[in-house]
Amino acid sequence: MGATTILRDVDVSVAPGEAVGLFGANGAGKTTLLRILATLLTPSAGDGTILGAPVTGSARYDVRPQISLIGHVPALYPELTLRENLQFAARIGGQTDQRVDEVLATVGLADAADRRGAACSYGMQRRAEFARELMRAPRLLLLDEPHTALDAAAVELVGHITAGVVKRGGAVVVVSHDRTRVAPMVDRTLEIAGGTVQ
Amino acid sequence: MSSLSTQMAAVTRRDLERERRTGEVLWITIPFGAIALILVPMAVGADVPLLRQIGPGLYWVVVMLFGVLIAVRRTSMETPAQRDLLALLGIDPAAVFGGRAMASGLMLLVFELIVGAVAVLFYDIDLSGWPWLLLVLPLAAAGLAALGTIAGSIATNATVGPALIPLIVAPLAVPLLLAASEIVEGLRTDTGILRWLLLMVIVDLVLCIAGVVTARPLQETQ
Repeated sequence: MGATTILRDVDVSVAPGEAVGLFGANGAGKTTLLRILATLLTPSAGDGTILGAPVTGSARYDVRPQISLIGHVPALYPELTLRENLQFAARIGGQTDQRVDEVLATVGLADAADRRGAACSYGMQRRAEFARELMRAPRLLLLDEPHTALDAAAVELVGHITAGVVKRGGAVVVVSHDRTRVAPMVDRTLEIAGGTVQ
Repeated sequence: MSSLSTQMAAVTRRDLERERRTGEVLWITIPFGAIALILVPMAVGADVPLLRQIGPGLYWVVVMLFGVLIAVRRTSMETPAQRDLLALLGIDPAAVFGGRAMASGLMLLVFELIVGAVAVLFYDIDLSGWPWLLLVLPLAAAGLAALGTIAGSIATNATVGPALIPLIVAPLAVPLLLAASEIVEGLRTDTGILRWLLLMVIVDLVLCIAGVVTARPLQETQ
C-alpha cells in the first residue's frame, strides 16, 4: 500500500483574535488540515506551532485542553443525556454542574438536558457540542462544516460563539462549503486545492 | 485541569453509566456466559463426579473468554469522534486506561459472581475455603479488565486492527486462568495457594503497568 500525500507546501498562520475561513472541494484536505491544527494528526514532514507548542513534539499534548474541534460526527455518548455528556467534560475541566446547566440554557437546550444523546436530533446534538465548547472556552476553535443541520437560531449561535472566542483573543478556523454563512463570521478566507493552501 | 484520580473516576463513572443504560453486560454477556456453563452438563449428562471435577476449570475458561470480551468491547466501542474528544479534553491517557479498566473490572466482578452461582448450582463445586475467593475473584477481574482494555485499544488501532486480539489475550490470560484454577483446586485439597496468589498479583501488576505505559502511544496511533 503506497502512502497518499494529502497536504503539501501548506503555509498557514492564524493570529490570536482572528477568525479564518477555509474553503475547498471535497477531498481537498480541509479536514486533514483541521486535524493537524487540533494536534490530532502529526504531519509527516514540516513543522509549525499550535498555541506555541510544536506540532510534532509531546508539548502539543499540553495545549490540547485549549483546543476545541467540532467535526461532522457529534462527539457525544448516545447512551448519556445531554447534561451527563457535558458533566463528563466539566469534571475533567474542573467546572461545576451549575455551569453545565448555564451553557445548556444558553444554546436553548435547557428543556432537553435530560434527554439521551441518541434521542436527540442531529441539530440538537450539534447544539450540545457547542454548549460544551462554550463551557470549555477554548483558545483555538476549529469548526468543520458548523452550519450543517442547524436552524437559523443555531446558526446565529455559532456566530456568537465564534465571536466570543475571537473577542477573548482566541483564534477560529472554520472549514465549510457554505461561503455565504461563513464569510460574515471570519476576518479572511483561504482556499485549499490539491492539498495546498492558496 | 482535574487531577489524575478525578479524571479516572470520571471515566469509570461514564462507562458504568453507559452500561447501566444499555445493559449490555447484564442482559447479553452474563446470560450467554451462564448458558455456556449450563450447556456442558447437558452434553455430558448427569455425571456429578465428572462435573464436580471439570466445573472450576470450565468456570474460569468462561470467565476469561467472556470477561475479556467485556473489557475489549467497552474500549473498542468508542467512535473516532469520541476518541478525539478524550484527547482534546486533555485527559491523561493513563487515566483513560485506569478508568476504563476499573469500570470493566467492576462489571467483570458482577459477571464472576452471577456466573459463579450458576457454576455452583450446576457443577456442585466444592466451596471449601470460600473466603479466599473474595480475594481471587477481584484479582482475576482486575487482570482480565486490564488485559481487555489494552487489547481493546489495540483493536481500535487503524494499523494493527482487531485481528491481533486473540493473539494478545490468549497467552497473557493463561497465567491468570492457571493461577485461579490452581487456587480453587488448592482450597479443595488443602494444599498451598500462596504462590498462585502471588502469580495473580504479579500478572495484575504487569498488566496495569503495561496499560499505563502503552496508553499514550496507543491513543496517538488511533
